[in-house]
Amino acid sequence: MYSLIGILAVALLILILFQLAKAGEYLGLLKGEKEANDRNNQVQATLFLGTLVFGMIGIFWSAWYYSDAFLFLRTPASEHGGAVKNMYFWTLGAILPIFVLTHALLFGFAYIYKKDDSKLSFYYPENNKLELIWMAVPAVVMVFLVLEGMRNWLKIMGPVPEDRTVLVIEATAQQFKWDLRFSGLDGKLGGKSVQLMDPENGNPWGQDWDDKANYDDFFAKDSIVLPVNVPVLVKINSLDVLHSFYLPDFQVKMDAVPGIPTQFWFTPIKTTEQRRVELNQPDYNYELACAELCGKAHFNMRRELFIVEQDQYEDWVKRQEPLYKTLKASASLEEEVEESDETIAAEY
Amino acid sequence: MASTDINVGTHTHDDHHHDHHDDHHEELNFFTKYVFSQDHKIIARQFLVTGVLWAVIGVAFSVLFRLQLGWPDESFPILETLLGGWAEGGKLDPEFYYALVTMHGTIMVFFVLTAGLSGTFSNLLIPLQIGARDMASPFMNMLSYWFFFIAGVIMLISLFIQTGPASGGWTAYPPLSALPTASSGSGLGMTLWLASMSMFVVSSLLGGLNYVATILNMRTKGMTMMRLPLTIWAFFFTAVLGVLSFPVLLSACILLIFDRHMGTSFYLSDIWIQGELLTNSAGEIIEGGSPILYQHLFWFLGHPEVYIVILPAMGIVSHVMATNAKKPVFGYHAMVYSIMAITVLGFLVWAHHMFLSGMNPFAGSVFTLFTLLIAVPSAVKVFNWITTLWKGNINFTPAMMFSIGFVSLFISGGLTGIVLGNPALDIGYHDTYYVIAHFHIVMAMAAGFGMFAGIYHWFPKLFNGRMMNANMAYLHFWVTFIGSYCIFWPMHYLGEAGVPRRYFSFSEFDFANGFADLNIFISVAAIVVFFAQFLFIINFFYSIFAGKKMEKLNPWGSNSLEWTTPIVPGHGNWVGKIPEVFRWPYDFSKDGHEITPQTTSEKDLEDIPAVKRIPTR
Ligand code: HEM
Ligand SMILES: [Cu+2]
Ligand SMILES: [Cu+2]
Repeated sequence: MYSLIGILAVALLILILFQLAKAGEYLGLLKGEKEANDRNNQVQATLFLGTLVFGMIGIFWSAWYYSDAFLFLRTPASEHGGAVKNMYFWTLGAILPIFVLTHALLFGFAYIYKKDDSKLSFYYPENNKLELIWMAVPAVVMVFLVLEGMRNWLKIMGPVPEDRTVLVIEATAQQFKWDLRFSGLDGKLGGKSVQLMDPENGNPWGQDWDDKANYDDFFAKDSIVLPVNVPVLVKINSLDVLHSFYLPDFQVKMDAVPGIPTQFWFTPIKTTEQRRVELNQPDYNYELACAELCGKAHFNMRRELFIVEQDQYEDWVKRQEPLYKTLKASASLEEEVEESDETIAAEY
Repeated sequence: MASTDINVGTHTHDDHHHDHHDDHHEELNFFTKYVFSQDHKIIARQFLVTGVLWAVIGVAFSVLFRLQLGWPDESFPILETLLGGWAEGGKLDPEFYYALVTMHGTIMVFFVLTAGLSGTFSNLLIPLQIGARDMASPFMNMLSYWFFFIAGVIMLISLFIQTGPASGGWTAYPPLSALPTASSGSGLGMTLWLASMSMFVVSSLLGGLNYVATILNMRTKGMTMMRLPLTIWAFFFTAVLGVLSFPVLLSACILLIFDRHMGTSFYLSDIWIQGELLTNSAGEIIEGGSPILYQHLFWFLGHPEVYIVILPAMGIVSHVMATNAKKPVFGYHAMVYSIMAITVLGFLVWAHHMFLSGMNPFAGSVFTLFTLLIAVPSAVKVFNWITTLWKGNINFTPAMMFSIGFVSLFISGGLTGIVLGNPALDIGYHDTYYVIAHFHIVMAMAAGFGMFAGIYHWFPKLFNGRMMNANMAYLHFWVTFIGSYCIFWPMHYLGEAGVPRRYFSFSEFDFANGFADLNIFISVAAIVVFFAQFLFIINFFYSIFAGKKMEKLNPWGSNSLEWTTPIVPGHGNWVGKIPEVFRWPYDFSKDGHEITPQTTSEKDLEDIPAVKRIPTR
């Protein structure tokens, strides 16, 4: 009902405006076309100038107002985040002055050179020197940005430096959730294949039970926990459609592609605790999201991520239960079951 | 032998051009004149009116999903009235939200900004501005429109089917788009989407080949390539882009159809869905395909497509600006070469949409180079437009307003392209609202403004010498210009905060949830801009039938050939001879002559006294 009234009101408004506009047309004829036209040029030119001034104020004020939320203006939460942040400032440094300058010229010229019937434009069809300048300057800037960008990109995408120990984990996406597998004590993820999947018989991710490396692999239950300052290599894959492994705080994003494993490595350098203090938000959490449209609940594939000190991480790992063990236990109903149940009840 | 109202074939001086109109039938009934017309001007109208109608639908969809994003907790009974089961209790169903987003993107990019823009103005202006009686093949030209029409009908049908239209995004990435079990829009809706797009590709190929052939072969005497208006150069390269890249989209669609219906696995591999391993009808496991292959094929069209959308707008803006500033386009040659450079580079950058698709990162860095290099010809164009205004004598016609707006939008959106083209930065911004802001400003809004500029400028040529109401147009301009910035500028801030695109609701995530005020602001702006478009629509349809009649042959003081035709040009455009051309179209304010039409020879010029005005220095 309200919407109907609203729409009718808008329709009425538009009709009135239309009538006014038509009336204006005739009025213009009465007053003399030339005079009406001059007046109009003056009005439009002034409006352009106003747009320039108030537009720029609005743009910079609103950017400042929302700057708390800008991820790049926070201290980086991951090691490569720092390098990317520099890149960000280089790029902004290149584009913001151009943005202001070109707009000042565009709207400024529109204002200054509005029609004046006593004048003729300046016939100025070409100047190759000018063309060369505004080709060469952007080209040089672009080459610099490309080189810096490539250097960073290849470093981020390249292998983990050999002298660093890396924690390998695996993220498996499906409609509509993320499952994170850790390699357990042996530091190795066991083999896995969709063709081995058998959820009814306790193998919902298709782990290969012939591969002993699988015996201690576990899936993070509630939250995902990672140690600070340790490079984490995430092997990413999907069971059904495309998804994208997205950690906004860490500048991490990579598609999960069925049939084609992808990966991304990063080093968290801020624990959840530190982040909370820094942002002064006691219940701040790092979040894992999906960034590739994957169906109707795409917007709802959340996991929480905790970055903790190394020893806390180890405690957490100890409390996790490998799938293999659970399976074994339920298959033969051994006594161990009870005791492991208690330890699962985790703080995280 | 000759057609009714014109006297063709006998007096044309350009004998070396074949004249196709000798065999025209005498009497045209309503159907052959307005429906199955082969007159390029009527076909242009058909493209335009169809495009405008699609624009209303496409933009209305965006208002529907902006309601959800602005007021996620509110319920809107009107939605249930309009959409029935798709919005039970006045709240959009997520599945239908994605269907709306998908249809919005597809309709706006292909039906409005490709067919509606390039279809309209290439058809209208190519023959009129190069001095030809019609297209090289008027019949193919007619087919081009009707294939577009069929594409539209199929898409329209898909809006009304039980399982809903396609809902996998305008990019339709498989496996989502390949598996009916993955989403209800991937069923019949997707089949219809693919059928529609295939028809659309045929339409744009028929059109494009015709445009290229016409421009290369049918220019009037004296119209050398370097005397072509920049509009024509833009349409030429647009057509080249389309002809070379649309077939790749067709092949992507065909392979997808195979995967969907014939058990092939071009794009599919190792898929477990709905509790089952995906097999073909023979029970064999589907494996070995690559979803990334589809992305390569799609973006091999997809990126050129964004230039297919923007180049015509650039051409229109260049022409309109020079005409209304009464000053030559600055750096005509540089403008032509930069369009050429954009066309070439446009084919070498597609994978910047795929930095994080799992593609080899080294390939990503090569694409970075070409991507950022494209900023160079773009910068050249911007500086040339600005210099065109410098020391001009600007008459702010509605078309001029939209042209200036276009340049502003193109700058704002182009600059964020430089951010996104850097893969290290794209890690954060990819698939966030930053990308939405980028491409809506640089493509959607800018090309829309180019289209408005074109409509306001050439309306008298499109519709029998009638003009649109200028006061309405100014109001339309200002609300749309300020409003578009209000819609899309704040999306940069959402992107800076990492808020992902294609989210039905932000409430599930703390990092995305704190922007209720911004989202309301954006939605309100979107609704205002939507309603402001009726200022245009009413003006448009009213003026077709009752607009003020144009009094002069050449209302804007233009130099190009289209204004030498009669107020209501018949099929064949010129009565008698096609005029000969002696100069480029931008001799404005030269040697004391404010305008010097292309048809004025040096000798004619001697007889025209120079105006007594102070030349700006
Ligand atoms: C300065 C030149 C430009 C550069 C460097 C550039 C760069 C980019 C990049 C890297 C992306 C991918 C972002 C992502 O998905 O993460 C992108 C997206 C896009 N750009 Fe540009 N761009 C430029 C100009 C343009 C122009 C002129 C247009 C259209 C007229 C355009 C239209 C688009 C569209 C439609 C998308 C998004 C498609 C989608 O994902 O749905 N861009 N641009
Ligand atoms: Cu998703
Ligand atoms: Cu692109």
